Amino acid sequence: MKAKGHVFKYGDNVDTDVIIPARYLAIQDKKELSQHAMEDIDKDFVKNIKPGDIIVAGKNFGCGSSREHAPIVIKESGVGCVIADTFARIFFRNAINIGLPILECPDAAEAINAGDEVEVDFDTGKITDVTTGKVFNAQPFPEFMQKIINSNGLVGYIND
Amino acid sequence: MGMTMTQKILAAHARLDKVEAGQLIEAELDLVLGNDITTPVAIDVMKGIKNESVFDKDKIALVMDHFIPNKDIKSAENCKCCREFAAKHEITNYFDVGKMGIEHALLPESGLTVAGDCIIGADSHTCTYGALGAFSTGVGSTDMAAGMATGKAWFKVPSAIKFNIVGKPGKWISGKDVILHIIGKIGVDGALYRSMEFTGEGIKYLNMDDRFTIANMAIEAGGKNGIFPVDDIAVEYMKSHGSRPYKVYEADSDAVYDEEYTIDLSELRPTISFPHLPENTKTIDEIKEKIEVQQAVIGSCTNGRISDLRVAAEIIKGNKIADNVRCIVIPATQKIYLKALEEGLLKIFVEAGAVVSTPTCGPCLGGYMGILAAGERCISTTNRNFVGRMGHTSSEVYLASPAVAAASAVKGYIAEP
Repeated sequence: MKAKGHVFKYGDNVDTDVIIPARYLAIQDKKELSQHAMEDIDKDFVKNIKPGDIIVAGKNFGCGSSREHAPIVIKESGVGCVIADTFARIFFRNAINIGLPILECPDAAEAINAGDEVEVDFDTGKITDVTTGKVFNAQPFPEFMQKIINSNGLVGYIND
Repeated sequence: MGMTMTQKILAAHARLDKVEAGQLIEAELDLVLGNDITTPVAIDVMKGIKNESVFDKDKIALVMDHFIPNKDIKSAENCKCCREFAAKHEITNYFDVGKMGIEHALLPESGLTVAGDCIIGADSHTCTYGALGAFSTGVGSTDMAAGMATGKAWFKVPSAIKFNIVGKPGKWISGKDVILHIIGKIGVDGALYRSMEFTGEGIKYLNMDDRFTIANMAIEAGGKNGIFPVDDIAVEYMKSHGSRPYKVYEADSDAVYDEEYTIDLSELRPTISFPHLPENTKTIDEIKEKIEVQQAVIGSCTNGRISDLRVAAEIIKGNKIADNVRCIVIPATQKIYLKALEEGLLKIFVEAGAVVSTPTCGPCLGGYMGILAAGERCISTTNRNFVGRMGHTSSEVYLASPAVAAASAVKGYIAEP
């Protein structure tokens, strides 16, 4: 499985309140909810994002609330992958559980620039910055988590 | 190599003699928790699980607390969805208006969380129950759904940071100052993926409400859980709040910790987290400028317990809330509300010009009941001060203890109790 798109870049500690503000949490419709993705950190995100685009961020991405609405709106808005230096642990679990591709790669998180075209190969963990020609290797997932990912999330894994 | 307290609880719930940091395990759950924001998402997820029934109707707690009494039609629909689910599956521990409280104050108070438990909750502050010596951690709605269906959850066994608490705290120093000091020291990702294990002779000076506050904010340091040893104070609390049998686990003497810190309570000063991260801490002595506030919130799962209200009332008694400040007091549960009423605390608040609300998470997450306009500042006993957390993206939240929040509400600017 691969993802290819342009990069939206953010800093450290992007919290779940800016990913999806609590004032929208009563909305259950995922499409409607995703109209507010990243609204409090990047008000033009929804307007500019194209299917397959990639978020690159610093440390502790998704810190704060346990709201699964956060990875849901990122996935629904068409993001193909989130690459970060580190992820907050609940966001990490939630992303794996709902099938939003994420990769931890400090080198890529630092070197990749906003707007770069990036290609990600999930099978090998290889991240290629097509714009600069740089290549990075993300940490592979443990076998157990890879099984959840291959089942399209935790529900698929349980049903299997 | 020995195990930490957290590792021992996880090993027992995975039916293993031993676990090591980094190991992936499947653990049996004593309680699965959800609220009115996260449960509807979990209910939707459950529709996709082949066996749509719940594993144990007595081991699920659904607490309507974030947007209730409902603030709008959508939040009312969400509660209705939870209510119907609870009725359909005969969930024993369903808490609605009139019986509810903020989940992390309500569940320990109701005797539903005890030492030795393994608990997941679809709310990040589920780590609160570590105060009683339980392993408890926040998860998302899909984990909650899987937990409700199977009674199990997968975990990566965490390593731990040890906090050795020593010394005796000063008059106005509370659990909030302890945890804000720690977060200021290690940062908002300082305990990422790890346990925060609190120990030491100074713990005896921290009452249960202080400990709940400290464990509650482990997540604000990125921690998987925060946990306290089970001493006489914890045992007394559990005995007076329920009858469920508890089990005491102790860290091995040769348990290995990634890092160790000593926190001397006698050296702590009232501590405030500046916008927009809980790690941006300053002591009251380090604040040289006059920081005016337009709102003060005293409440939340972090600081809406009876000790918190007593401290706030002690400071507010005989004073008036400053003219330019809206002071909102939110007892965390119905029982706390009633106790505060009986003790005359609510009268003190109302006479001073504060308002007293029904239990709700409300303003903490910018839901309702105290939203900030552009450029406004709030001194708050809540747990997060991210951009836009309590309202407009240009508003500011300063996190502090009930003592500092009360003193600031009276003065009109961030002030020492």
